[in-house]
Amino acid sequence: MRLTCPLCGVRDIREFTYLGSAKLLERPAGDAGAAVFHDYVHLRDNPAGANRELWYHGMGCCAWLHVVRDTRDHTVLDVRLAQEDPA
Amino acid sequence: MTYNVWQVIREGLRGQTGWTPVWRNPTPKPAYDVIVIGGGGHGLATAYYLAKNHGITNVAVLERGYLGGGNVGRNTTIVRANYHIDGNTEFYSHALKLWEGLEQDLNYNAMMSQRGVINLAHSDGQMDFYARRGNIIRMQGDDAELLDRAAVRRAYPYLNHQDPRFPIYGGLLQRRGGTARHDAVAWGFARGADQRGVDLIQNCEVTGFRIEQGVVKGVETSRGYIAAGKVGMAVAGRTSQVGAMAGLRLPIESHVLQAFVSEGLKPILPGVVTFGMGHFYISQSDKGGLVFGGDLDFYNSYAARGNLPMLEHVVEAGMALMPMLGKARMLRSWGGIMDMSMDGSPIIDRTPVEGLYLNGGWCYGGFKATPASGWCFAHLLATGTHSEHATKFLLNRFETGHVIDEEGTGAQPNRH
Amino acid sequence: MSRLPDGGMVDRSKALKFRFDGRLYKGLAGDTLASALLANDVRLVGRSFKYHRPRGVLSAGSEEPNALVELGEFAHRLPNTRATTQELFDGLVARSQNRWPSLRFDAMEINDLLAPFLAAGFYYKTFMWPAAFWEKLYEPVIRRAAGLGRLSGQRDPSEYDKAWAHCDLLVIGAGPAGLSAALRAGQSGARVILADEDFVLGGRLVAERQDLGGWTDQVAAELDSMPNVTVMRRTTVTGAYDTGTYGALQRVADHLGHVPQHTPRQTFWRIVARRAVLAGGAVERPIAFPNNDRPGVMLAGAVRAYVKRWAVAPGRQVAVFTNNNDGWKTATDLVAAGVRVTAVVDSRSGVTLPKGPWRGFTGAVIQDTAGRQGLRNVTVRDASGTRRIEADCLAVSGGWNPNVHLTCHMNGRPLWREDIEAFVSASGAIPGLAVAGAAAGAFSTKAALEQGSAVAAEALEDLGLTPVPLDLPEAEDAPVKTSAFWHVPEGRGRAWVDFQNDVTVKDIQIAHAENFRSVEHMKRYTTLGMATDQGKTSNIAGLAILAELAGQTIPDVGTTTFRPPYTPVQLGVLGARAQGNGFAPTRLTPSHAASTARGAPMVEAGLWLRAQWFPQSGETYWRQSCDREVAMVRGAVGICDVTTLGKIDIQGPDAAQFLDRVYSNMMSSLAPGRVRYGLMLREDGFVMDDGTCACLAPGHYVVTTTTGAAGEVMAHLEFCAQCLWPDLDVAMISVTEQWAQFAVAGPMSRAVVNGVVDPEVTDSTFPFLGCGVLTVGGVSGRLFRISFSGEHAYEIAVPAQYGDALYRNLVARAEMLGGGAYGMEALNVMRIEKGLLTHAELHGRTTADDLGLARMVAAKKDCIGKVMSQRPGLHGPEREQLVGLRPVDRTAKLTGGARLTRPGAEPVRTQDEGYLTSVCHSPDLGHMIGLAFLRNGRARLGQTVQAVDFLRDGTTLCEVVAIPFIDPEGEKLRG
Repeated sequence: MRLTCPLCGVRDIREFTYLGSAKLLERPAGDAGAAVFHDYVHLRDNPAGANRELWYHGMGCCAWLHVVRDTRDHTVLDVRLAQEDPA
Repeated sequence: MTYNVWQVIREGLRGQTGWTPVWRNPTPKPAYDVIVIGGGGHGLATAYYLAKNHGITNVAVLERGYLGGGNVGRNTTIVRANYHIDGNTEFYSHALKLWEGLEQDLNYNAMMSQRGVINLAHSDGQMDFYARRGNIIRMQGDDAELLDRAAVRRAYPYLNHQDPRFPIYGGLLQRRGGTARHDAVAWGFARGADQRGVDLIQNCEVTGFRIEQGVVKGVETSRGYIAAGKVGMAVAGRTSQVGAMAGLRLPIESHVLQAFVSEGLKPILPGVVTFGMGHFYISQSDKGGLVFGGDLDFYNSYAARGNLPMLEHVVEAGMALMPMLGKARMLRSWGGIMDMSMDGSPIIDRTPVEGLYLNGGWCYGGFKATPASGWCFAHLLATGTHSEHATKFLLNRFETGHVIDEEGTGAQPNRH
Repeated sequence: MSRLPDGGMVDRSKALKFRFDGRLYKGLAGDTLASALLANDVRLVGRSFKYHRPRGVLSAGSEEPNALVELGEFAHRLPNTRATTQELFDGLVARSQNRWPSLRFDAMEINDLLAPFLAAGFYYKTFMWPAAFWEKLYEPVIRRAAGLGRLSGQRDPSEYDKAWAHCDLLVIGAGPAGLSAALRAGQSGARVILADEDFVLGGRLVAERQDLGGWTDQVAAELDSMPNVTVMRRTTVTGAYDTGTYGALQRVADHLGHVPQHTPRQTFWRIVARRAVLAGGAVERPIAFPNNDRPGVMLAGAVRAYVKRWAVAPGRQVAVFTNNNDGWKTATDLVAAGVRVTAVVDSRSGVTLPKGPWRGFTGAVIQDTAGRQGLRNVTVRDASGTRRIEADCLAVSGGWNPNVHLTCHMNGRPLWREDIEAFVSASGAIPGLAVAGAAAGAFSTKAALEQGSAVAAEALEDLGLTPVPLDLPEAEDAPVKTSAFWHVPEGRGRAWVDFQNDVTVKDIQIAHAENFRSVEHMKRYTTLGMATDQGKTSNIAGLAILAELAGQTIPDVGTTTFRPPYTPVQLGVLGARAQGNGFAPTRLTPSHAASTARGAPMVEAGLWLRAQWFPQSGETYWRQSCDREVAMVRGAVGICDVTTLGKIDIQGPDAAQFLDRVYSNMMSSLAPGRVRYGLMLREDGFVMDDGTCACLAPGHYVVTTTTGAAGEVMAHLEFCAQCLWPDLDVAMISVTEQWAQFAVAGPMSRAVVNGVVDPEVTDSTFPFLGCGVLTVGGVSGRLFRISFSGEHAYEIAVPAQYGDALYRNLVARAEMLGGGAYGMEALNVMRIEKGLLTHAELHGRTTADDLGLARMVAAKKDCIGKVMSQRPGLHGPEREQLVGLRPVDRTAKLTGGARLTRPGAEPVRTQDEGYLTSVCHSPDLGHMIGLAFLRNGRARLGQTVQAVDFLRDGTTLCEVVAIPFIDPEGEKLRG
């Protein structure tokens, strides 16, 4: 599998590490309460289809990437810098 | 039909004409006491123990594809009971005891072979950690031995003791661990359940739940609506999807785990060996294939296939550990969809929907759990209470913090 | 000899000697092992897996199920090598396998007599009683009988490599379709890789009498000469993966008797292709009939190949059994080459056989064969009855299966094409890959050439390149005329479907009778298609027979899935360069050379190597060195390389705010020139890591991590900065490699430090937890007054290139004061004495409260993990808390990993209350001490517990004590 890093270009996934759902971008406020944080930390969509997810280009530019990828066939639909698109 | 050697001989003499179906192909009834969704190892075992332990036989197992086609049919067949966290320790202990009597119980030879499982250690700290694990296993009543460097060298001369990148300090050996013939486990449970009256319904996909006032009434399927008193989900790999049909959001992600088999070779590897400095485990099947695997591919996937980076990493670990493997050839690689929970341990519990029960989150420990998973899930479905062997696999443990995190990697499913 | 007097692509001037089962034979350059064996009339080459039936060569390619041999000797022995693809070289040594004591007299052949009792799945129904006999008796016997060749058990002495390649168009297969595709793409200027598993290009063109004259050679030469085209012979594309990545195995030197120096035996390529063409041809399918597995029964196309390409007659009297016109070619080709053809048997009625010097039968089948170790005759049955026909070779053609293997690798399901009675790939099965030629069901040479050219043009246009027109040679365009015929239904005797796994028609019938009717069930129950050939010659026939039994069509029955690799690949090459030190990089500290010069043994710490201790003369046991080093640090001064700790430089106007959010404790109140111990939590509330945070200047911090967590913490901090709070103006970089850092610890540490720094350090300029930038030996360095030993101590850092010099300087100065270098063992002892943490305690399941650090989770601010750390399960007396333990009997031993129970409690899991994490002998205290997690431990100081270690030392009664064990007030730190 290959990902197109917006900064570095097309690279093999060996250069990246995977964190998980891009839901982790939406960290609740510190006073949001335990239930909200439980949801944030533990409950993910896990779709069979387009998944919004976070990858880290640790063997490249160290950018965190917000990737949209189809979990059924691994087709990469979109890649952008996570910091550009916090939502 | 009871299987035994005389029958094999009789059929041999009369041209194998007397064999009968191992299970029926029943038409779904309009209603069952219990519906088990998922005809994999866990679902079939659940149905079997519902009938055997609890006398509940008005049961249907609904399988989207063919029986045993899930992860029970695509794993590395390892059986062991070497977990160190409460909740897991006693559960897998029970599983191992069931494995030991399984074939006689099922009258089906699942080729459970207790040739030992060794986890190799590569530092003093890892030896201490294995001692800690081994001691709790012993306190549970199971077997564990700590081999030192010399003992490992004697017992496993073909490991790289000569110029290893990570020297072998010793290992934790469980002699009662081993492997089983994975497909036969599913078939044996299927046959046992069918003989006791359970309807095993293949090519029957659940497409929705009928839930009224928070109580499950039945399931919609590709073969029509089927009513049920209780519904149990045993669909690891697809738990999120099936759960979502009932409005559940679950602490589970689906990931792909690859596994590999070599060409058939004459016996060279007696038991299971796992490497402690790279994810790699290997055993040799009775047919002679070296069966080995490693870590997840790390990304969410339902594709049931992996990519080269993890394949190469696994084989590199194999070459680092066992340099003789270079002349063996990889015959086939495949992938299974793992139900990765947020702490690496399973869930056997009620759900917020009354009458709907969940068995999932098996990560990649599902095969060795199969009999105990069925045993405990059947207990929960039949009695409404948790089996003494599975009191901690609760759905709400993530909210309360009573997590069962063997690896200590936290709420990151791909690292368990 | 069966070598024909002329013809063939063999070099008759180059005779090659080789051995098979110890006997010396001669072959020719250009031979495969199989063609050379056939040329020497060796027809029995192996034994089948289950029944140990005598077997010969079936095919002329990688689909071979029978002719598997052990190649080479001793550590070089390579089991399960296909004789049909192994190139012959001078001195080649091969042995037959899966037989004992010899190929001709195999004792295990008894299985064939017992075959009636060994049908599909018999082992699931027996061997269950008594239970204990399984491991002791039944299984060992089964295991010994199973398996094919033998691994040597010795380390693989060969060298292998891995490599990357990139191209516009990857063409897989160099038959007519592949050649025309590669040629057109090459002429159009695309970067092309043409890969073929064979050592000559041409595919079926080199096997058929109807070739294209000199076209193949001419195209091969042209492709070889093009700078934008890479022709990879002996290269099998093994797998198709995501985003245009393909795995390919190149057999660089497998065809050479001696591998030249610095040449890998094989190279595993990852080919990244923008587009790909699969032109992998087709595999001929056998027909199942009684005793169809005898040596001499071969695929018809293979028989033609042996005659044409290798000038070998696989028999002196050849019969042909076919269900299609293609089979007829075999008879005409053979006769043209001077080989006698005794009969042509066509299963179809109403066809007119070509005329020739043979007996022709239509509407006829082979009902049986004879010849235990080599075919002698076949029994033909047609409407008029049965008769025996002399034949030592039977060429069988059941039609052709397009080679769709690769197109299934991404879960693509092939589609049934009724007109050719075969599966072809669904379009788009592999994104970016098109299929051409026989692989796409285009079985005539003309169609293959045209399709190859056409799909190449499409691919080029996709890539924005302009395809040039391509002139194609005249070629045959015979229509495919086949009539499905899978097995001879009548007749007694077993009819093999999967030769290698010994699966017969009867086995499929049993599976069906037992309701293993799903195609996957049938496969798994009978093991059909699960041998080393992945069922290339057997899968479709198995499906067809199952369909017939079920009264369904073949597409209704469905297919099983081909999985990578296309042909088996040695683990040596997939794991190339991972033996020994190659498995993982080795990171060396700046003091490595100086430490090894002092004889320090090294220990792995993650990827790093660190000095364990520094033996001095007279010391024979590590404890002697360790105890001396501890005493040295506590009494004078010691030097230890701590470069391996992760170091992250964090800068920016918002850095302080950022640190407040990632550390559980307050960092924004840290003044320049000060250091603070810090704790990081994971978002789930458990402890991630600890370390120090030094403020060098406003908005400039250097934080340290534990050695093992350096990478994880770096990625986490980048995640926090980029994903959670991109609004904060903060940037960071790992500087672990850039700075050499050494601990200078002990009461005389300041004297050592002052020997190398400028300006001089005093208690007021560098109090405990002070830090700053100063000059070290003339270069700018950093000094931190922090301690991992409990002593008055510093860590001094200089740019890494000065590390070696500084280390030697510091050690020399320390030695002048009665101190010296110390290693990991002494460091570990001192940190246990002080109750300081490593990953033995920070193992991912501990909370700040477990560690007695609850006060470090600041109440006034939010931080990563704070909310979840307040979950009820992370608090309370049920949790195991960090305490110190010492043996009640001070001479007793403690062991890491011992479990804790109340004294006298039964040592069972339900009584378990915790465990020892780290233990050591304390030279200061004169007895062993340990850090432990004990349930509600802090409330149990002064009580006793028993440490239970089943695996090592038995039971030890211990006293629960507070940590640290020494200097609880920290007076030495400040002194």
